[in-house]
Amino acid sequence: MDDVSFRRLHRSMLLARRIDEEAIALQRQGVLPAYAPAKGQEAAQVGSAAALDLTRDFAFPTYRELGVAVAMDVDLVAYLSTHLNIWHGGMYDSQAARLAPFNAVVGGPVTHAVGWAMGAKLDETGGAAITYFGDGASSQGDVHEAMNFAGVYRLPVVFFCQNNGWAISVPTTQQVAGGSVAARAAGYGLEGVRVDGNDVEAVFEATRAALDRARDGGGATVIEAMTYRLGPHSTSDDPGRYRSLADERAWSERDPIARAARRLPEVEVAEAERHADEVVEQVRKGLLELTPRPAEELFSFVYREPTTALLEQQRVWKESLDV
Amino acid sequence: MSEFSLQQALNLALCHACEDDDRVLVFGQDVGTLGGVFRVTDGLRAKFGEQRVFDTPLAEAGIMGMAVGLAMAGWRPVPEIQFDGFCYPAIDQIVNEVARMHYRSRGVHAMPITLRLPSFGGIKAPEHHGESLEALFAHVPGLKVVSPSTPAEGYHLLRQAIADPDPVIFLEPKSRYWQREAFDPTAPAETLPAGTSRVVRPGKHATLVAWGAMVARCLQVAELAAEDGVELEVVDLRWLKPIDAAGLAESVARTRRAVVVHEAPLTAGLGAEVSTLITERCFAELRAPVQRVTGFDVPYPSGVLEDEYLPSADRVLTAVQKTLEYRRG
Repeated sequence: MDDVSFRRLHRSMLLARRIDEEAIALQRQGVLPAYAPAKGQEAAQVGSAAALDLTRDFAFPTYRELGVAVAMDVDLVAYLSTHLNIWHGGMYDSQAARLAPFNAVVGGPVTHAVGWAMGAKLDETGGAAITYFGDGASSQGDVHEAMNFAGVYRLPVVFFCQNNGWAISVPTTQQVAGGSVAARAAGYGLEGVRVDGNDVEAVFEATRAALDRARDGGGATVIEAMTYRLGPHSTSDDPGRYRSLADERAWSERDPIARAARRLPEVEVAEAERHADEVVEQVRKGLLELTPRPAEELFSFVYREPTTALLEQQRVWKESLDV
Repeated sequence: MSEFSLQQALNLALCHACEDDDRVLVFGQDVGTLGGVFRVTDGLRAKFGEQRVFDTPLAEAGIMGMAVGLAMAGWRPVPEIQFDGFCYPAIDQIVNEVARMHYRSRGVHAMPITLRLPSFGGIKAPEHHGESLEALFAHVPGLKVVSPSTPAEGYHLLRQAIADPDPVIFLEPKSRYWQREAFDPTAPAETLPAGTSRVVRPGKHATLVAWGAMVARCLQVAELAAEDGVELEVVDLRWLKPIDAAGLAESVARTRRAVVVHEAPLTAGLGAEVSTLITERCFAELRAPVQRVTGFDVPYPSGVLEDEYLPSADRVLTAVQKTLEYRRG
C-alpha cells in the first residue's frame, strides 16, 4: 500500500475515533439520548469501507458503523441524526451515499445485501455489496439464509463480520459454535477468511481481494475481522458487569489507531489530529443546530402513495392542532 | 371472453406483468420448474428465463430479505411464500424491513414488492396450510393487503398490486384456485379502481361483507335467504388495507344492517375493524349492531373439523336473522 492510501486510512480512523468520543460526550451532556460506541473497531470499519468503489458498490450497515460512514464520506451530521432521535434511518441520502439506512435489526440487512447483489449481477453493473454484522448477529437465521443464498446464486457479496468479542454481555465463546464465523463460510460454499481486525492495512487488503473476487464472478466471501469493542455496547450498558478491566487494557494496547500512527511521521499524525479536531467541531456544531423535523412529517414516507385512511388520520391530527 | 380459473388468471397476470415491465422478478420455493405447488407460476420460467423466474432455497426470511435488496437495486420483486402458515419465519423481514425501508430512508428506497401468499383454509390441508393472516398484516404501517375472490378480480388486483409502488401482501384464497369464470383480461383496469370494494350482489335488507373465499359463501347465503324473500347485499372488500370505508358505508347506509364474515379467528380480527368503520359512519342509519361470523379463537383445526370452524351458511343465516329481528332495549 502506498503512503498516500495509508495516510488516508489513518486519517479516517482518527476522525471516526474523535467523532465517536464527541458523540459520547454529547450523550453525557444530554444532547444525544443514546449512542452505540465504535471505539476500537476503527480499523475493521475504515479498512473495509475504504476498499469499496463508491461508483458501483453498496454497503449495508447495522447500528455501529460510524467508521464505515466516515470512510465512505457520508454526511456525518446526517448520519448521527438517528442518535439524536431526528429520524430512525438517519437523514443522509442512502442512494447517493451508497450506504443503506442505519438499521437496528442486527441480522436483517445481511439478506438485503444478497438481494442487492443479485440485482447488480442481473444488471451487470460490476457492483458488489458489503454487509456489516457482528458475532452476535452471526447467530441469527437471516445471516445463515443470506450466506446460503449467496452461495447458491454465486453472488457478489462480502459478508463482513466484526467480531468484537461481545454480543452485549455474551462473549463470542458462548455465541459462535464451530470455531469461528469465518469457518462457517465453507458450509455455504463461500470463501472464509479471518483477519486481524485491528490492522487497517490487512483489513483493507482482505476486503479488496474479496471485492475483486466478487466482481470476477468468484462468489461471496465471509471476512471475520477479529477486533474488540473497547467501550460499552451502548451508553446505557455497564461492561464492568461482564468483563475484566485487564481484558480491556490488553486490547487497548492493540489500539488500531496508535498502531497505524507508529508507521507515520509525527508531522502527519499531528496534521491528522488537526484535521479531526476541525471536522469534529463542524459536526458538533451541525448536530447542535439540527432542528426537529416538521411535525407534518409524522405522516410522511409511510407509503409512496399515501392511503386514504392515512390522509384522513393526518387531517384529524391537523384539526386537533387547530383546536 | 375466455374462461379462466383463479389459478390461471393469476398466472396470466404474472405473465402480463413480466411482459410489461422487465424489472419484474418472480421467485420463491418451487415457482420455477414446478410452476408453484398450485401452478400459479406455471410456464413463466420457460417464457421469461431463469434470471427473472427462479427457485429459491427453502428460507422465508431469505426470500423476503432478498426482495428488499432487489427493490433497493431498482427491481420489482414478486416473491411467493408457499403457504400462509410458513410466512412466520419471514415476519421480521416483512414488518421491520419491507414495510419500513421506504419510511426509514425518507422515501429514497421504494419497496414495490408484491408478496403472493396462498392463504386461508377450506381445502382440508395439513397444519400450517390454512391460516388467515390479514389482520396481522393490515395492522402493520407501510403494508397494503389485498385478497381477490374471483378469477377476474385475481387478474386485475394482482396487476394493480405489482404496479403499486408500495409493498402489497396478496392473499390468494387457495380454496378458490379452481373456480372458473369468463372475463376479458384486456378490459381496462379502470373497471376495477384500486382501493375499492365491490357490490357483488345488490340487496336491500342487510349487507354481508366478506373477502376471499367467504364471498362465495355469502353469495350462497344470499341465494338461500332470497327463497324467504330476504334480499341480502354482498360486498366483496377486496382491499383489506386500505379498506374502502366509503364504499362500505354507502351499502350499509342503504340496507341499514351489516354482517361481517371472515375465516380468521374472532378476537381482534379484521371484522372488528370493518364493524367499527361501519359504526362510525352509519350509526344513525343502523337498525342493529354489526354482527360478526368468523372462525373461532382456536388454532386452525384438522380437516375433519374444518367445516365446524369455517363460517357455514347456517351460521351466517343465523346472524342475518339476528340482525333482522333485532329490537332496541
